[in-house]
Amino acid sequence: MGDTMMRQGWSRAEMAARVATDIPEGWVVNLGIGLPTQVANHVPVDREVIFHSENGILGMGPAPGEGEEDPFLINAGKQPVTLRPGASIVGQADSFAIIRGRHLDLCVLGGYQVAANGDLANWSVGRKGVAPAVGGAMDLGAGAARVWVLMEHCTREGEPRLVERCTYPLTALGSITRVYTDLAVIDITPEGFVLRDLAPGVTADQVRERTGAPLAVKA
Amino acid sequence: MIDKFVPSIEAALEGIGDGAAIMVGGFGAVGQPNELIDALAARNLRGLTLIANNAGGDFGGMPKLIERGGIAKVICSYPRASRRTAFDELYEAGKIELELVPQGTLAERIRAANAGIPAFFTPTSAGTELAAGKETKRINGRDCVLEYAIEADFALIEAWAADRWGNLTFRRAGRNFNQIMAGAAKVTVASVHRRVELGALDPDRIVTPGIFVDRVVMVSEPMEGEAA
Repeated sequence: MGDTMMRQGWSRAEMAARVATDIPEGWVVNLGIGLPTQVANHVPVDREVIFHSENGILGMGPAPGEGEEDPFLINAGKQPVTLRPGASIVGQADSFAIIRGRHLDLCVLGGYQVAANGDLANWSVGRKGVAPAVGGAMDLGAGAARVWVLMEHCTREGEPRLVERCTYPLTALGSITRVYTDLAVIDITPEGFVLRDLAPGVTADQVRERTGAPLAVKA
Repeated sequence: MIDKFVPSIEAALEGIGDGAAIMVGGFGAVGQPNELIDALAARNLRGLTLIANNAGGDFGGMPKLIERGGIAKVICSYPRASRRTAFDELYEAGKIELELVPQGTLAERIRAANAGIPAFFTPTSAGTELAAGKETKRINGRDCVLEYAIEADFALIEAWAADRWGNLTFRRAGRNFNQIMAGAAKVTVASVHRRVELGALDPDRIVTPGIFVDRVVMVSEPMEGEAA
């Protein structure tokens, strides 16, 4: 049954596209490395959204064609990118002033766990002896006006990633307001997880079964 | 006549000794002063502290520098690469110390050193493992963590063009940590790709004024008839 349900949910590309539908024209948005980076591919070109990359780019464009890479232009995931007309370059202090100073309308991050109180764990699984890496995740988690998480609903072992309290080391406390998974879109409210949207063919009960904390359904 | 250009990489690194704290610019492979890092690695110094965003990266001269075993401590935000690096091996063997710092906090601690601000409070990392043991204060209803400016002996940076006063411009995302590291250490060394006449850089377009730069070294020659 589990496998059937996974196939009923959104694919990774569809998950990224689902996030993109909720980003309106005019927002300044930072996309985390990994799957969140793909959200940009699903925002129509005629919808003016300004993408920020924490290494110092405002107005980042899509990947360049082969042979057209500029060796001085990469995104936070260190992949080659382009600049859109209107783009600007800033240094690291200004780039994180943009982040920390609440100038970003939205940041979309990947996650290991999101808790019903809005806590996020996404930088470390706490393995001893393995060097941890954090990058800009804690600054983004604490600084953007909205922080959404895009992640699979469950781990490969079937454990819920939406939980009552995070067990992995925290990235940011209480700042996540929405989670997009392969099964559903879930808001985080003062009352906890609230179902906002379902992937085609997935039921609220199926999502509830796979969520590690109470899930409310709006009337 | 003020002329901050030095004739060689060796002259640019003059005075770096065992135990030095060294800032190195760059984000990933972009903006890394590779020639300076290579020459630093060749010096076989011991007990260095390295301050860089991607100190464990698998690009540019950084892996060679770390492999030599001369780095005692790394202060960085992202010591991970797509594959296993010399840093991982040294870290797992307990032979290198890591101070992991959120990227924006790292940037601000460097900027603070240049700006004469000894410490500051930031909401980043409040309540997380990275704030453990640090003073936390509630300011305007938010928990904030006390972070200190990073003191360093040398800053090794990469810029695009320079004049003899050490005024610098950068190219695209190569600006990253280079702009803030300039002036944040006792001695700032810039490796540049283009040398221009004094007065050739539009004052409105100079990103880093020469006051923050002590030495400049050319690492590639300008192409025929090319503008800076």
